[in-house]
Amino acid sequence: MADVKKIATRESYGNALAECGADFPNLVVLDADLAGATKTGVFKKAFPDRHIDCGIAECNMTGIAAGLATCGKVPFISSFAMFAAGRNFEQVRNSIGYPHLNVKIGATHAGITVGEDGATHQCNEDVALMRTIPGMTVIVPSDDVEAKAAVRAAIEMEGPVYLRFGRAAVPVINDTPDYKFEIGKGVLLKEGTDVTIVASGITVSSALDAAEMLAADGISAEVINIHTIKPLDEELVLASAKKTGKVVTAEEHSVIGGLGSAVCDCLSEKLPTPVLKIGMQDRFGESGPAAALVEKYGLDGKGIYEKVKAFVK
Amino acid sequence: MNKLELQKTANEVRKGIVTAVYNAKAGHPGGSLSAADIFTYLYFEEMNIDPKDPKKADRDRFVLSKGHTAPGLYSALANRGYFPVEDLKTLRHLGSYLQGHPCMQETPGVDMSSGSLGQGISAAVGMALAAKLDNKDYRTYTLLGDGEIQEGQVWEAAMFAGHRKLDNLVVIVDNNGLQIDGKIDDVCSPYPIDKKFEAFNFHVINIDGNDFDQIDAAFKEAKATKGMPTAIICKTVKGKGVSYMENNAGWHGKAPNDDEYATAMADLEKIDAELGGAN
Repeated sequence: MADVKKIATRESYGNALAECGADFPNLVVLDADLAGATKTGVFKKAFPDRHIDCGIAECNMTGIAAGLATCGKVPFISSFAMFAAGRNFEQVRNSIGYPHLNVKIGATHAGITVGEDGATHQCNEDVALMRTIPGMTVIVPSDDVEAKAAVRAAIEMEGPVYLRFGRAAVPVINDTPDYKFEIGKGVLLKEGTDVTIVASGITVSSALDAAEMLAADGISAEVINIHTIKPLDEELVLASAKKTGKVVTAEEHSVIGGLGSAVCDCLSEKLPTPVLKIGMQDRFGESGPAAALVEKYGLDGKGIYEKVKAFVK
Repeated sequence: MNKLELQKTANEVRKGIVTAVYNAKAGHPGGSLSAADIFTYLYFEEMNIDPKDPKKADRDRFVLSKGHTAPGLYSALANRGYFPVEDLKTLRHLGSYLQGHPCMQETPGVDMSSGSLGQGISAAVGMALAAKLDNKDYRTYTLLGDGEIQEGQVWEAAMFAGHRKLDNLVVIVDNNGLQIDGKIDDVCSPYPIDKKFEAFNFHVINIDGNDFDQIDAAFKEAKATKGMPTAIICKTVKGKGVSYMENNAGWHGKAPNDDEYATAMADLEKIDAELGGAN
């Protein structure tokens, strides 16, 4: 797999904004002193008048975006997931969610792949927080292709959207001619009959790796990419669960409140099915290289393979 | 409007506040009454708005950052013709379009949902910034409580507004001196308020916020101020106009009972008489 192209989705985010700038004159991008890290610097270079650095004041940035949106702008607010969703939760809920304003939240550096900065900056709770806000769309792209498509789709839809991007480079897996991104529509990546693996973000490529290893053991795994956690593609999840009878969720996020919970919310009401949730098991992360952390917390192909194998036995 | 007309209108706004809160059996009369003259001046004199077209593109904007004083805003909007004054009696009732705190999706004339303290000023800054980005000349006004400015986000917003030289923004502080737990300088003093805004690169004007001559002069001065935002610090009387509510922190968030309502309306009618009759 050495020749697989790898790009961090935060890079895709910045590039997509720059690409969309000309098509959407009302698009403005706000940052809180992290334009270099969130990669919105690319947009800033192309559209300096439409990039607004708010300084290290995320809550104010969120309110400014709300005000801009009431005047017809399409603002993206950019920061690390910890601040964009965590510090900002109440601002996002009350100033953006309650009035259902057309603000997009570009949250980078989500999850443990933040790496060396450690637990204070590794947000494993953002999807849970954002998912509870009425009317909020929550998207976790799996690679460069999907991240760029998600940014454009978010601009094209009316209403608040939370987009989750990562710091570390991840394999490009969606560069196929027939790839189509639609908000709320999951992607069936690999068909299988014994177990369904539902993944989002960085764990999508891990799930594909795991499926290959499982196949070698005679286990047929279906792999679904749920890039939109809210609204969840229930139809796809239910159809797959009905077929395989066993569901595993894999996410770079707490197993409380994220993709796993969203899938369980659906299945427990509509088709009770045994579920195994892979993710951060109600604990904080720690410092270390991203790849080592992914391995330690079992979010790589091998980690998912081992857990799925034990689950289907 | 001349001064007498503004005074009479403000008294009508006060009657609406007291009536709304009385019928709601809950709400915040104290800070609504202290700011009634400011609401009246904004909606009847200062702002470029059209009650028949509440979302007119280039209208001036107002954000009630101290959103709990929604009765004051609603009463001004109703008296200005955005919706029937009679509907003020539905404040906080189930199904009413007059929510406990301002909701821009429900109420005609409300430019921003607000009520969680410290957040409204940021939205106002965003509106002022939008006008600058689009080279539009509409202005944005936001009203804050003096207790509210204890919230850190207020100063994040002030720093940004000063940095960006948003001279199309007017921040009004209703300095009635009281918050829920008592006097603001006993709870956690925000004083000196004027010096703080000056330090954040605002043009600052101190006035008596219950005196229309001073209010008028201040807003004219704000409009003439270029290159920096203006903060108008309004010394006011909490509960202004209702004898037993004046300067009493207990009336921050409490509704009058039947007898108290009658007394309040009698107090306000007395003011009408002093002004030579109601509007």
